Amino acid sequence: MSVVYEVPVGPVHPALKEPVAVKCYIEGEEVVDVDVILGQNHRGIEWIGMNRDNPVQSLRMASRVCGICTNVHPLSLVQAVEAAADIEVPERADYIRAIMLEVDRIHSHLLWAGVAAHELGFDTLLHYTWKFREEVMDLAEYISGNRVTFEMEMYGGVRRDIPPEKYPKIIKAMNYYEAKFEKLVEMFLNDKTIALRTVGVGVLSREEALKLCLVGPTTRARGVKKDVRVDLPTMAYADLDIEPVTPDIYRDEVVGDVYDNIVVRLFEVKQSIDIIRQCLDQMPNGPILAEEKLPKLLNMLKKASGEGFGLTEAPRGEVVHYVKLKEMETFYAWKIRASTYNNIPAWEPMLIGAQIADIPIIVASIDPCLSCTNRAVVLDGGKEKVLSHEDLHRLSVQKTRRLIRYGK
Amino acid sequence: MKATDVLEHIKDRLGDAVHEAYMQVRKVGVSKRERYHIWVKIDRKKIRDAVNCLAEIQPYPHLCVISGYDDGDNVVLVYHFVINYETKKEAISVNFSVHLPKNDLCIDTITDLIPGALITEREKIEMLGVDFIGLEDKRRVFLPDDFPEGVYPWRRDEKGPEKMLHKLYEVGDRE
Repeated sequence: MSVVYEVPVGPVHPALKEPVAVKCYIEGEEVVDVDVILGQNHRGIEWIGMNRDNPVQSLRMASRVCGICTNVHPLSLVQAVEAAADIEVPERADYIRAIMLEVDRIHSHLLWAGVAAHELGFDTLLHYTWKFREEVMDLAEYISGNRVTFEMEMYGGVRRDIPPEKYPKIIKAMNYYEAKFEKLVEMFLNDKTIALRTVGVGVLSREEALKLCLVGPTTRARGVKKDVRVDLPTMAYADLDIEPVTPDIYRDEVVGDVYDNIVVRLFEVKQSIDIIRQCLDQMPNGPILAEEKLPKLLNMLKKASGEGFGLTEAPRGEVVHYVKLKEMETFYAWKIRASTYNNIPAWEPMLIGAQIADIPIIVASIDPCLSCTNRAVVLDGGKEKVLSHEDLHRLSVQKTRRLIRYGK
Repeated sequence: MKATDVLEHIKDRLGDAVHEAYMQVRKVGVSKRERYHIWVKIDRKKIRDAVNCLAEIQPYPHLCVISGYDDGDNVVLVYHFVINYETKKEAISVNFSVHLPKNDLCIDTITDLIPGALITEREKIEMLGVDFIGLEDKRRVFLPDDFPEGVYPWRRDEKGPEKMLHKLYEVGDRE
């Protein structure tokens, strides 16, 4: 007789920016159904932001929506407000914004790659990748003064310039990554163990990706060329000629599995290096702010009315902010949508048919916050058995070892 | 299809249901390339037609999210779409806004046309009290299960969360 067990993977960890729990229904080793419980830890950050004294204070709230793609939320918000209040951004600011966005992407993708290695039980690679990531964190600190929460954005431009004397160090960091890139590709994509655990796992078709409105590397790994930087460009991207990265850059064809996710994210690091180089080469001169006097800017925003929509390609996919201004001190309406919000429905088709030991890597493949896999409960006829994150991780590691040893 | 043609196509297909329509043009980068945002206010009964009319331009229009806010007598929902994606610099942002009177807060679901709309529609139910006709899964998404019924966090009227502020410990029936 077959028994279906319920395995909730999750739910909430206070440190999460996106609290998520996945309830998996398991028959034997196989996942037969999935239900996603989207957190019970809604912080209401939009409400807090709308009830600040003025829009600049709200902008500082936006920086704190996310700790990893830290530059993306303020960037989307300023674009929405600039559209609503009709503020034109100086060209130099457009380029500085693009550079910071790419710095953010390099660190986020490397962080994800390390986490993916850890989920597979390959901790040497985790430590190597994160050591590799330190260079870009130092670069972020060198440019903005902060490793995270760069606080570069302001309505109508950026707060800090990147003067030409800082270029050599940025170029040096890019050279460092270019020199190490081949080795990184070798370690991730030519490794037998990683291939055993990721090829053909978590497969999703192109059509499903389109129907579910997926965004970012999750959709590009399925061969959908959605990329806000390419199709609806803002900032410096309007001047650049870039192609969305799809898995066929490395593989013969698009399969749409977890391996393709790794391919897309790694090659996007390379693309980011190119973009930063191009931005430095073509950087225009001029002011970095449309309005330097803060009281004048605040007055302008107070008198503005209208609505604006800002889209930015974050490391995890498109992030959008909607703002409604109504001739008042603060925003009348503010809606934030992070990329994971759109990518979560992908778990269901990806997990169904997978094995328990594959849950961590599939859940991790869309790059959500991983602390959500901290705890799991197995319900067995009224008896509860708690599977911790460590237990799930152990199962995953055991599967890797079994595959290496016996090939099945 | 160019942005002006898209706007004409929408006006043509939806006819009288279009109450207001305008285009926002943003110029970006050194090249001052134009980026288009189309804003259309439509009759709430025509939301499914609006989605279908975008699907004629590109199958599976990309739904970013549905925004919503309380505007006094009405609750306003804004459906943000992107069409012409997978092109080079040709995509257009199309935003449909619908006004729902507070005494009759309901609108047709679009989840059968765009399955990706499920989470965002469920979020509007709990945050604004909007009912989506034809939606099967109406469970809460972000709010906890013990959050009181009939309180909608995004509302600015008596159904809003004002009373709960600063005393969250009194809310719910936790023991």
